[in-house]
Amino acid sequence: MWRDALVVAGKDLRIERRSWVGLNQVLPYALTVLLLFGFAFDQDRSLLAQAAPGLYWLAVVFAGLPAVQRSFAVEAADGAADGLRMSGLEPAGIFLGKAAAVALQLLVAQAVLAGGVAVLFHSRLAGPGLLVASALVSTAGVAGAGVAYGALLVGLRARETLLPLLLAPVLAPVVLAATQAWRSALGLSAGPGGGWRWFGLLACFTVVYLAGGVLSFGALMEET
Amino acid sequence: MRQDEPASLGPALPFRPLTTRALGWSALAALAVTAWWGLWVSPPDVVQGQLVRILYVHPAVATMCYVGFGLCALGSLAWLWPRTRSPRWDRLAVAGAEVGSVFCLATLVTGSIWGRATWGVWWTWDPRLTLTAILFAMSLGYLALRRGIDKPQARSLASSVVAVLMALTVVVDHYATSWWNSLHQGTTLLQPNPTVHGWQLATMLASFVAFGLVFAWMMVHRYRVEVMEERYEDELLQAALAARRSEVALLEPGGPGTGWAGREDWAGDGPGRRLAPAPGSPPGQAGVGAGALPPAGGRPEVGVR
Repeated sequence: MWRDALVVAGKDLRIERRSWVGLNQVLPYALTVLLLFGFAFDQDRSLLAQAAPGLYWLAVVFAGLPAVQRSFAVEAADGAADGLRMSGLEPAGIFLGKAAAVALQLLVAQAVLAGGVAVLFHSRLAGPGLLVASALVSTAGVAGAGVAYGALLVGLRARETLLPLLLAPVLAPVVLAATQAWRSALGLSAGPGGGWRWFGLLACFTVVYLAGGVLSFGALMEET
Repeated sequence: MRQDEPASLGPALPFRPLTTRALGWSALAALAVTAWWGLWVSPPDVVQGQLVRILYVHPAVATMCYVGFGLCALGSLAWLWPRTRSPRWDRLAVAGAEVGSVFCLATLVTGSIWGRATWGVWWTWDPRLTLTAILFAMSLGYLALRRGIDKPQARSLASSVVAVLMALTVVVDHYATSWWNSLHQGTTLLQPNPTVHGWQLATMLASFVAFGLVFAWMMVHRYRVEVMEERYEDELLQAALAARRSEVALLEPGGPGTGWAGREDWAGDGPGRRLAPAPGSPPGQAGVGAGALPPAGGRPEVGVR
């Protein structure tokens, strides 16, 4: 399963390295969202600094949607999904590979976004360990949930509009818990202890979605 | 097959019309009793005044919303489990989700009205309110997903997976929103010493019975609609198969009619429209197969113009 995951992740990342579609489009889009947040808050520096964690995670979710759509768009053309289905690779490995590729792209986008938040919203780091740990776990959760739902929608007529409708409510706990964890990490709430509690909730969410994806991906690939 | 059912190839309609009618009339009567007790008999509350009357709707409606989504999760799990897999569970899941969504919307609206009068705002970021709003959004996504998939097996599988993940997300959401903020009133009825008594308690219990009956009536009818849709799809499939069979019968040598050559809608002179029997072919053989190719360099012949 892990070897298959590496194969699939390598394939997806190679496609991205050759096309640069994901980062060339997703990254500028996410940065534009950050700028728009600045306009929406009327450049109020203190308000932006307070709201920075939530705005950051909203931008990550917005960036995650096209990343997931892209991950399955490459399988939709030329019967690639059929090829993947008949490749003999373990479905769980395919799921984990695709989730890993999406997560890696999101992490690159997040690194740039974090710089943007620091510069544009004047955020200061108080707990780097919590910040990095919650970012890693949240990203795995977003990618896992995204790929699980992306697999459901392969071959559907209205998949572009259905994905945000299905995924956005599901990612609500991530936005909430990751925002609270980052508030602790950025020194915006009292003590990092509460932040680690939110980190635990994020880990629960990530485990639920990765386990759900691993268990159901094979059947979903066969039927959809 | 019962008397009220037309001959059909699909699954039988569940519940007798008399049962559903009795359920419907009982629900209507219970609603009338609740309205009478709630609006005229029950006295105003010492603290909340006339506002207490919305509690004869809101808690019961909210409970039915959660029962609906619970049935959706249960039906989906039973469908996913190979030993219990049956279309019945899928029908129960979709009925639960759809009826639950209606009650969920009613919960949000009545809760919002109560919040405006009690807290002074139409909306507050209370855990239960937030969770209910997220549930409503998820249920809309679930129903949209079902409408987006044509193949029954794929539809059942995808929606069952979504329903189970939805149920798990609700658990995570519950903790997330509870830790975040809590303002909502706690349990009123299910505590050792309930804070409501007399006519207030009776009316609240009557509201649970009334909305429970309304919920059951809606579930039964939604389930029946699902069965009817399946029967309709079966009939469409059978009609399409019959049409194909009659087309094939027309093509068969010596079969009914005169083959493709006898069909005006297939006449034409483009490629692949060679319909008339070729010279020397047996009577009745036309269109495709031996002798269907046009003469070299010549304009293809057609059966009927």
